[in-house]
Amino acid sequence: MEFDFTEDQHEIKRTAKDLLGKRSTVERVRSAAEAATYEESLWTELVELGWPGVAISEEHGGGGLGVLELATLLEESGYALANSPLLATAACGLAIQEAGSDEQKDEWLPKLASGEITGSFGIEGQTFPDAPDSDVIVVISEDGATGTVVATGDADVVEDVTIDPTRRYGTVGLGEGGDALPGDASAALALAAVITSAELVGVCTRALEMTVEYVKDRKQFGHPVGSFQAVQHRAAQMLLHTEGARSVTYYAAWAADADRTLLAEASALAKSSASKAGVEVTASAIQAHGGIGFTWEANVHWFYKRAQLDAAYLGGTKTHRARLTAIAAAASGSR
Amino acid sequence: MDLTFSKDEVEFRDELREWLAENSPGEEPRGDEDAIFAFRTGWQRSLYDSGWAAVHWPQEYGGRDATLMESAIFFEEMGRAGAPLPANVLGLLLAGPTIMAWGTPEQKDRYLTPILSAEEIWCQGFSEPEAGSDLAAVKTRAVRDGDDWVVTGQKVWTSGAQFSKWCMLVARTDPEASKHKGLSYFLMDMEQEAVQVRPLVQITGEAEFNELFIEEARIPHENMLGEEGNGWIVALTTLMNERSGLGFFLQVRLRQLLDKLVAEAVANGSIDDPVIGQSLGDMLERTETLRLTAYRGLSTITKYGQPGPEGSLTKWLWSETNQMMTQLAVDIVGPQALHKDNPWAYELLRARGNSIEGGTTEILKNIIAERVMGLPRK
Ligand SMILES: Cc1cc2nc3c(=O)[nH]c(=O)nc-3n(C[C@H](O)[C@H](O)[C@H](O)COP(=O)(O)OP(=O)(O)OC[C@H]3O[C@@H](n4cnc5c(N)ncnc54)[C@H](O)[C@@H]3O)c2cc1C
Repeated sequence: MEFDFTEDQHEIKRTAKDLLGKRSTVERVRSAAEAATYEESLWTELVELGWPGVAISEEHGGGGLGVLELATLLEESGYALANSPLLATAACGLAIQEAGSDEQKDEWLPKLASGEITGSFGIEGQTFPDAPDSDVIVVISEDGATGTVVATGDADVVEDVTIDPTRRYGTVGLGEGGDALPGDASAALALAAVITSAELVGVCTRALEMTVEYVKDRKQFGHPVGSFQAVQHRAAQMLLHTEGARSVTYYAAWAADADRTLLAEASALAKSSASKAGVEVTASAIQAHGGIGFTWEANVHWFYKRAQLDAAYLGGTKTHRARLTAIAAAASGSR
Repeated sequence: MDLTFSKDEVEFRDELREWLAENSPGEEPRGDEDAIFAFRTGWQRSLYDSGWAAVHWPQEYGGRDATLMESAIFFEEMGRAGAPLPANVLGLLLAGPTIMAWGTPEQKDRYLTPILSAEEIWCQGFSEPEAGSDLAAVKTRAVRDGDDWVVTGQKVWTSGAQFSKWCMLVARTDPEASKHKGLSYFLMDMEQEAVQVRPLVQITGEAEFNELFIEEARIPHENMLGEEGNGWIVALTTLMNERSGLGFFLQVRLRQLLDKLVAEAVANGSIDDPVIGQSLGDMLERTETLRLTAYRGLSTITKYGQPGPEGSLTKWLWSETNQMMTQLAVDIVGPQALHKDNPWAYELLRARGNSIEGGTTEILKNIIAERVMGLPRK
């Protein structure tokens, strides 16, 4: 057993982190968010690097790598809070690759992989990341049983203004349009939940890092506030949430590539844990920053807001815990 | 990343499973300390006779040179098979590795084999009435007298002392030196009049741990482990080993309890109560997080030679989860879970010790904040 990335995977992750560290600084995230736009040049660059198609097969013009590699990119994208349709496009591509017919794959995957178009993915009637400006959307039925691929123009898309201005959102209904996905919609949903969890792990990692830096520096009562035990124990709890979510998210991404029998449970595990971590860690980050943490001017709120939207996306902790219980109850009955 | 066991690991596991299938320890007796101890001694003997007593020890000392991962597999399989802990668990996990790290060749020759065979049982005499979390504050005094040290003081919470031949004893040899520098580490013979063991009854009603009253006990100088004044560093070696493979045993036991609880909830229909469903989901999430984080921690140590941040989290997560889960059992099973002879009642009570023994959760959080995350000390 080796519960660590390979050298290649580490390299992908490092390179992604370096690039986003330069190209998606928090100042740029802020100015894009405040202008309610994306910086086109960032997306162009990610497309040139092949990020949207990294887990799409080479046959369909993608990188032919796994969900795990894609997850490392999303983690770094969450860490940088990059303003881009990466999560939505990657989830859409994974879904079509997973559950689409040959014709559907031929039609959509090469364009999604090459970045010629962007996609979106979600559960019917809920909030979809990046739906309004996308070209194609995969819509999963409320019960998770069936999926439909639809050109965005043929779907019923209403733009949502959410609390998270770092990303664009829309509510999607199917209307008359669309083409049923013949394959396993629940697996498509599981894959999207895994990569969303990866983004949340990145958000948590960054919020925690910012907090540790801040409390080392900020002095009250003549001491750094990070020397007070209540603050220290809060930080320790943030680490437990973050590292726990990391363990189960990597496990789920690995299961997606290596052992599909584990995927349903692993993805529920990842999404319940990462949603909890995202919400708790970013809320704690605000608290540990004090008054400044409550201002628009400080940057922690961007992470809190993204975490809220990611946590709710495809169902949050409660939904996925219920799923874990149902899986365990079924296994218990069969023993 | 590869979360399957390697071929060697599978072979190791299968060999162990086969052995366990043929050498089932049977049901552990309940309630009677002496009977439990006898049962666990028999079990360790049987492990020893087949070379399974301490897989993580080097071959030259009677172990199997098991990798960290194999050692984890060993404890998982023991947990899965419902095997008890061996009688000399503190000897195997704490005293042995500490002696291997710090002992002279004579000490290794003398002590290691009887640890393995359960001929000589060990206990850990660290905590004192006034030195618990602040371990370096121990007051027990050791004064040099010719070839001996004369030791006087009191230890407390000493698990298994009533069965022990030897004690890992931390005592102050230099009261003038600074707190951490005045300590030395001894291997103390418990079989002397000057050492009195008095059982302490726990909230469960049993007495796993004891008080030690030490009144001018004599310890030959050759029984000092490490150098004089080096006791703190040697004690840290012991503490670092405190939870090593055992965590995997506890983790599997936790999962088994949870599976029982899920089965109970299915049987009595409470699984359909959304509040119970949520709580069970929380426990499933925590239990799996614990298992996977423990494995991740092992991989980090194996690959990079030192633990990552995740390594410091598992004992905390385990103790908290075990406490929450045994509390949830009261909701699911109902008030009969609180009847004295109900197994859940024992689990509920015993779990309260989890966040105290082996370092309290508060101390673990301090360590995580200051040593792992680098926050300033006050
Ligand atoms: C079942 C069991 C078995 C044990 N077996 C052994 C054994 O075999 N050998 C042995 O030597 N010891 C053993 N112990 C003792 C154990 O290691 C100590 O109980 C533990 O380290 C706590 O010390 P204490 O009891 O003195 O509590 P204290 O240190 O007095 O702690 C009291 C409370 O204050 C908190 N506290 C203390 N210091 C701080 C701080 N700096 N920051 C925040 N909070 C703090 C603690 O977390 C705790 O909640 C055992 C304990 C138990 C419960």
